[in-house]
Amino acid sequence: MNEIIAKEEIAPSTYGYDIYHPRIAKKRKAGQFVIIRTHDGGERVPLTIVGSDVQAGTVTLIFQAVGHSTKELAQLGVGDRLLDMAGPLGKATHIENYGKACVMGGGYGTAPVLPIADALKEAGNDLIGIIGARTKELVILEKELGAICSRLEVATDDGSYGHQGFVTDVLQKLIDEGEKIAFVLAVGPTPMMRAVSNLTKTYGTPTMVSLNPIMVDGTGMCGGCRVEVGGETKFACVDGPEFDGHEVNFDLLMKRQGTYKAEEQQASDHAAHCRVGLEAAR
Amino acid sequence: MSPKTETVPRQAMREQPPQERVGNFNEVPLGYTEQQALAEASRCLQCKKPKCIEGCPVAVDIPGFIALVQEGKFAEGARKIKETNVLPAVCGRVCPQETQCEVLCVLAKKSDPVAVGRLERFVADWEREHNVVERPHTAPPTGKRVAMIGSGPAGLTCAADLAKLGHEVTVFEALHEMGGVLVYGIPEFRLPKKILREEIDTLREMGVKLETSAVIGKLATIEELMTEEGFDAVFIGTGAGLPHFMGVPGENLMGVYSANEFLTRSNLMRAYSFGEKADTPIARGKRVMVIGGGNVAMDSARTALRLGADKVILAYRRSRDEMPARAEEIHHAEEEGIEFHLLTVPVELRGDERGWVTSAIMQKMELGEPDDSGRRRPVPVEGSEYEEPIDVAIIAIGAGANPLISSTTPDLETNRRGYIVSDPETGATSIPGVYAGGDIVTGSATVIEAMGAGRRAAAAIHQYLLGTKAEGQPTADA
Ligand SMILES: Cc1cc2nc3c(=O)[nH]c(=O)nc-3n(C[C@H](O)[C@H](O)[C@H](O)COP(=O)(O)OP(=O)(O)OC[C@H]3O[C@@H](n4cnc5c(N)ncnc54)[C@H](O)[C@@H]3O)c2cc1C
Ligand code: SF4
Ligand code: FES
Repeated sequence: MNEIIAKEEIAPSTYGYDIYHPRIAKKRKAGQFVIIRTHDGGERVPLTIVGSDVQAGTVTLIFQAVGHSTKELAQLGVGDRLLDMAGPLGKATHIENYGKACVMGGGYGTAPVLPIADALKEAGNDLIGIIGARTKELVILEKELGAICSRLEVATDDGSYGHQGFVTDVLQKLIDEGEKIAFVLAVGPTPMMRAVSNLTKTYGTPTMVSLNPIMVDGTGMCGGCRVEVGGETKFACVDGPEFDGHEVNFDLLMKRQGTYKAEEQQASDHAAHCRVGLEAAR
Repeated sequence: MSPKTETVPRQAMREQPPQERVGNFNEVPLGYTEQQALAEASRCLQCKKPKCIEGCPVAVDIPGFIALVQEGKFAEGARKIKETNVLPAVCGRVCPQETQCEVLCVLAKKSDPVAVGRLERFVADWEREHNVVERPHTAPPTGKRVAMIGSGPAGLTCAADLAKLGHEVTVFEALHEMGGVLVYGIPEFRLPKKILREEIDTLREMGVKLETSAVIGKLATIEELMTEEGFDAVFIGTGAGLPHFMGVPGENLMGVYSANEFLTRSNLMRAYSFGEKADTPIARGKRVMVIGGGNVAMDSARTALRLGADKVILAYRRSRDEMPARAEEIHHAEEEGIEFHLLTVPVELRGDERGWVTSAIMQKMELGEPDDSGRRRPVPVEGSEYEEPIDVAIIAIGAGANPLISSTTPDLETNRRGYIVSDPETGATSIPGVYAGGDIVTGSATVIEAMGAGRRAAAAIHQYLLGTKAEGQPTADA
């Protein structure tokens, strides 16, 4: 169990892993996540499940090596094992046929959009996809989403590919063109989800976002993942991770996500220091 | 009563001095020497009708094990306890003896009671440290399979008893380590993890299968365990793992933790060695306020101190007499310089523009009429508010029932507060073959009560599996 069966660098510093865990592969539903640890003393890292292959017993995860722990994870290769993987955690996405639905992904947040888009498609929705990234080479899953969306738009911040600008600019354009969108799902960096929610609120379009606060256990035991939705405190790991974007207090979420900024810096400095030490020793 | 006159005083236990121990996470009490244990054991009168046993939730043969200590048979003493209590090294350290066995000891009437807890700890440590722990005998396989959900004291005890009876037992634990509160909640300086790990190794040697990172309800439901995975019975020992918050403004500020989160980061994730042996961070406050008066609050306060706080305030809304913590923990906390602000409660937490907590608005309380718990109800004193500067707040006001299991098990009866309804004698729930015990049934209680529930359920499960109150079969007490 927990063995890495396949590894692919799908964009710079962005990796896709297929991990052997037949029970999670069988049980997982769109919108759920796992919590992994790479080594003794390692952090518990929540990662959204992108897909699974029940026959092969594998679960697909996509992540960007940004922090100390995801960089550790990126060091692993085919044949290595994760120390632990718990899941599938969180509630599954509520799926229904809205008619025309728009799925939006920002950066590697596009990965968790894929299984939800699949499920929405299966429920009969006509899908429009909008995916965004900083620059062309960070655009991921264009082909996969293209295959299930009747229309797929890409936006890059620097204009190196697709529209220049944000995914919200594209959404605005589609609305202006008269696209009748009945439901929006957005997953990506918190400022992106906030911008999408602010925009759709003005049109009254129901919008779901998938929140990624700091977590520890992922079972509702610690309350570290608490978020404010509609003025009420919720535990994202068990009550979410998906919530009504119009009700989420994004400001609070962004602040809480920054709780350990100083420590994260310390951890990555420490790691860099160790590596320097190693290199010097060679 | 025995004519023996008491000459030997109750033996004190060696401890790390307060100034020294606040700088480390090592265990505070250092245990008895053999001489001290012999001296303490000599105080026991070997009562014909021992009162102490009546106070023990699992009825350990207290004079029986102490008699063995008197003879210098320490390992035998430990084995005597293990006939009814599988975790003596743990219980000797964490049980509230002062309200259970010791309070009833006849000696307590005239002077100090026999130090039952310290002797219990001594024999268990002696047996382990001298490598003479015996793996319990297991009966021939019965071919029956039982699943434990949760690896706290309830689940571990139930697992051990059923394994001894020859059943095939699998323990499913949601976290990455076995032990429940004993591993994620109770700190190293009170219960070294090594002790627990060795107890769990014994279970493994008995053939119990241990599956970590297995969140039942999510990975598989109870129904699936019983139909698809072939378990004949299930024991639910999932604890009271849902932290309560106060519901005051500012509780979601940064630097505000539930005690569960704070202790999990520090214990399970070892955040105290962040940057060295562990990657999980924790906020190291300089002025920390802990809210609550139980063991959880004491553990949080003492952990905060060891993480480098200059000042730790423990705010409790009632008076010292009502504090539910073990006497020893209150004593240790005071010795270490934790400031008790009794009859006070925060009514608001305030923060800065970055969203970090900077102060607590405190209100004074006075005691009114007794409430349902029999303790006098705290009533706010009008106009008594004052502001206390802090940079970390830890909320330790209790826990509720985690709904992971109940929400995925449709026929499982729960009460108004979400706890599982089960027969106090057998642990039987509303579903045949499904038993429950420990904090998920009673609400937050004690290690030993959870163990007692696990033990009673094991006996009932055994009978259920055999189809009757089988005659001639060993019972769970064998
Ligand atoms: C900080 C702290 C200090 C304490 N100090 C003392 C003390 O000094 N003395 C004392 O007697 N008592 C003390 N207690 C209380 C005591 O620890 C508990 O009463 C006791 O641990 C309850 O045991 P349990 O087996 O019911 O559950 P727990 O110990 O809570 O264990 C439950 C386990 O089940 C797991 N679980 C939950 N849901 C699932 C699921 N769906 N699937 C799989 N696994 C699951 C949890 O992760 C957990 O590991 C303390 C409690 C705390 C929090
Ligand atoms: S511990 Fe106290 S009550 Fe129990 S047998 Fe000894 S003297 Fe009697
Ligand atoms: S991560 Fe601990 S409660 Fe959600």
